[in-house]
Amino acid sequence: MGFEIMEDIRKDYVYDLIESGKRVDGRGFREYREINVERDVIKKAEGSALVKIGETVVLVGVKLEPGEPFSDAPNEGVIMTNAELVPMASPDFEPGPPDENSVELARVVDRGIRGSRTIDLEKLCIEAGEKVWMVFIDIHVLDNDGNLVDAAALGAIASLLNAQIPNEKYGLSGEDTLPIRDTPVAVTTVEIGGNILADPNLYEETAATSKLTVISNADGTLSGMQKSGSGGLKEEEIAEMVKIGIEKAGEIREKYLVT
Amino acid sequence: MMKEEIQLIKEGKRLDGRGFEELRPIKIEVGVLKRADGSCYFELGNNKVIAAVYGPREMHPRHFQDAKMAVIKYRYNMAPFSVDDRKRPGPDRRSVEISKVSREALDPVILKEYYPKTAIDVYVEVLQSDAGTRTAGINAASVALAAAGIPMKDLVSSVAVGKIDGEVVLDLNAAEDNHGEGDMPVAMVARTNTITMLQLDGRFSHEEFERGLKLAVSACRTIYELQRTALLERYSESVGEGEA
Repeated sequence: MGFEIMEDIRKDYVYDLIESGKRVDGRGFREYREINVERDVIKKAEGSALVKIGETVVLVGVKLEPGEPFSDAPNEGVIMTNAELVPMASPDFEPGPPDENSVELARVVDRGIRGSRTIDLEKLCIEAGEKVWMVFIDIHVLDNDGNLVDAAALGAIASLLNAQIPNEKYGLSGEDTLPIRDTPVAVTTVEIGGNILADPNLYEETAATSKLTVISNADGTLSGMQKSGSGGLKEEEIAEMVKIGIEKAGEIREKYLVT
Repeated sequence: MMKEEIQLIKEGKRLDGRGFEELRPIKIEVGVLKRADGSCYFELGNNKVIAAVYGPREMHPRHFQDAKMAVIKYRYNMAPFSVDDRKRPGPDRRSVEISKVSREALDPVILKEYYPKTAIDVYVEVLQSDAGTRTAGINAASVALAAAGIPMKDLVSSVAVGKIDGEVVLDLNAAEDNHGEGDMPVAMVARTNTITMLQLDGRFSHEEFERGLKLAVSACRTIYELQRTALLERYSESVGEGEA
């Protein structure tokens, strides 16, 4: 109970600040916290990235294994995305089977990569109908200070970009780098009292009733979107959020994904 | 070898004969279940969906209660026989996500503050699926909530737009969904123009997205009228008697 009262007070505080044009951490409404991407941090993984957005920390690892293709796509590799909201990352996370938030996180990141056809899956065919590369993208949330989606999506594409196909380990030969064709970037904004804020931290995320993640590609096309939260958004707000999404994605791509 | 390529648009018409901005036929029946507090049967083309509402009722387990408002629970479930290849019973990741976004689509209109510490259960069963089941489920659930007498600010209406053969079209059927280039489900409060669900899958240009959203918004208004009419038809008689 006491905790809920604190939460209400904090919500009011965030809200009042925004009304006067300020954010809790002094950022501009469209400004991201500092982003840090460190690639290849886990040697056991075929590709990995540690992403920090402010104090949010997400570690993404990509593993590849030969496996059986789906019967409706016998010549295509398989992508599997999973997210774990590790209990150490927040007092609100509990051990156990994935809850709706971790399922949503994984599926939104997955959608961005799938929709943009980032991985050329046909190039991951080893033997048609028998053996293809399975690409496992595992998102490990280590510290949640808000905006997990953007950190996870950035970690996923950064890991894919430096992932190596472990041909030798399985006695196979072929191209060693993953066939990556695009760089989808997720940009999340929230609406609080009619204002649109980019990269919400945890306080802002809790104070907001609606959140929109926009995933866009190098050519400015959209390959994923997800509204979440128990509020509604006006058409004009969505238009602005999409515009900010495409713009910010360009900046992030330029800075952290250009190889 | 790619998945089989099918031409989805021929001579300006879609495979089922519809135009680009045309909805599939919709049928709405209110109050189809005896035990539920409110229920609705909804057909959208070949989709057949039932929604039932129970509550407000005591919340179990109690630690999930909210001292200030009712908690909405939404369960989207597909019958094993509802799709071409039998679906294994029980929740999968897809239905977990659909349940979450559908609940959040309805959440903004329900006056939850009226019923602290209670649960309002919304159950959606997909009996036959032909793409667009989450939108059909939301439409049905919205009507079922109203039929259950849950105080609401308004009804929520939902539809998907998609992209096939490079064209933005309304309300994809299964063939179009499987072979198309993108899908974008939308839910909204039609009267206030408030969008409560928005998802995008596949690839859309910025302009296609904007056009798609406009198309969805106008179709939601059409669906809103159908929902309203169905409720009025079911209840106007009894209301009239009550006043007499």
